[in-house]
Amino acid sequence: MARIVAGIACSHVPAIGVAMDRGMTGNDYWDPLFKGYGRAREWLANLAPDVAIVVYNDHASAFSLQIIPTFLIGVADQFPIADEGFGPRPVPAVQGHPELAWHLAESLILDEFDMTIANEMPVDHGLTVPLSITCGQPAAWPFPVIPLCVNVVQYPPPTGLRCFKLGRAIRRAVEEYEGDLRVVIYGTGGMSHQLQGERAGLINREFDKAFLDGMTRDPAALTKITHTEYMREAGSEGVEMVMWHVMRGALDEEVAEIYRHYHVPASNTAAGLMILENRSVR
Amino acid sequence: MNQPPDYESIPGTYVYDSRRGRMGYALNMFCMSLNKVENREAFKQNQAVYLDRFALTAEQRRAVLDRDWLGMLKLGGNIYYTIKIAFCDGLTFQDVAGMMSGVPKETYAQMMLAGGRNPAGNRYKSGHG
Repeated sequence: MARIVAGIACSHVPAIGVAMDRGMTGNDYWDPLFKGYGRAREWLANLAPDVAIVVYNDHASAFSLQIIPTFLIGVADQFPIADEGFGPRPVPAVQGHPELAWHLAESLILDEFDMTIANEMPVDHGLTVPLSITCGQPAAWPFPVIPLCVNVVQYPPPTGLRCFKLGRAIRRAVEEYEGDLRVVIYGTGGMSHQLQGERAGLINREFDKAFLDGMTRDPAALTKITHTEYMREAGSEGVEMVMWHVMRGALDEEVAEIYRHYHVPASNTAAGLMILENRSVR
Repeated sequence: MNQPPDYESIPGTYVYDSRRGRMGYALNMFCMSLNKVENREAFKQNQAVYLDRFALTAEQRRAVLDRDWLGMLKLGGNIYYTIKIAFCDGLTFQDVAGMMSGVPKETYAQMMLAGGRNPAGNRYKSGHG
C-alpha cells in the first residue's frame, strides 16, 4: 500500500521564487534565508519520495472570483506554470500523478469531503515556490505532484479543524491505494504576514514560534485558532496557515521534527520551513 | 441588523468578505484580465479605454487611474488582484505595502529588516492590546 512518510511545511513567498529565478540568492538580503534551505534539500533528495501532495492556495492565477472552490484536487498529467501578471516563472512544468490523484478524489468524496476536480489548471507560486525551496533548480522536478488547492482568498477559508480532518482523510485514502508509493505532503503558506492596508508588514515572531512548536507537539490545540485570531495575531494573510493543518492531519499523532528554519523578512513575510517525519514508517 | 463581524475591530485591515466581494467583483475581474500579456499591453497603451471593457464604478475607475492602493481596497479590491496593476507598473509587493501603510519605501523596508510591524498596539482599532 501507499504510505505518507513525511510532511513539509513551507512558506510560499513569491519574492523567494523571483530571487532564485534571477540568481540573487547569494546577496546580503537573501543569503541568510537560503542558507537555511540546504539541509532540507539534502533531506528530501535522500528521502526520494515517489510522489508529493502539495497543499497550497491559488492567488488569482488559475481561478478568478468567478468560481471559488474551497478544496480542489488536480488530476491532470501535467500542470503548466501560470502567468500571474508578470510572465510565468522560468521553472519546469509540474508532472501530475493522475492515478493516485483520481483515487484520492474518489476516496475523499466518498469519505464526505466534497472535492472539486480539476482536469486542466496552471499552477502559480503557491505551489512552485515550495518546490523550488526544497528541490532547487532542476531541469525537471524530481517527483510527480498532486496539487491540492484551498481557498484562502475569499473569506471565509475552511476552518483549521476542517483542514486537519481533510488531512486525516487524505491519509486514509493514501493507505487504501494499492500501489507501493512513498508520499510526502506539503502544507504551504504563512507564516505571519499582512500584505494589505495600513497595517501591512505585520510580523508576530511569538505567534509563529508557538505555531511551529504546536505543529510538532500538539497540533489538535492549533486547530482551535479562529480566523479572526489568525488575522489579528498573524496578519490578514497569516490565515493561510490553515493549510498547514491539512499536512499535519495526514501525519501520525507523534512525529519526529527533523528540521526547522525561520527567517524574517522575506519581502513582507516571515518565512518558515519545517520537516516532520512519521515515526511509524521510519 | 447583524452585528459587525469581530474582525472589523482589527485596524488597517480590509478582510475580503462577502460585502467586499459584492462591491469589488468587476474591479477584481479587471485586475484578473492582466494575467494575459496582450491585455497588459492594451491596458498600458490606453488605460481609460481599456477600463471601458469593465463595469467599474466612477470611484473605482478613479482609484485605479490614480493608483490609490488603499482606495481600491476600500472599494472592494482584493490585494491579490490589485497587485496585478502594480506588476504592470513594475512595482513590487513591498513597494505597494509601503504605499498603503503611508511611509516612504526605505522606511518600510527598514521596518521589515528590523523584524516587521510589531503586533503590540496594532491588534485593535482602539489601540489597546
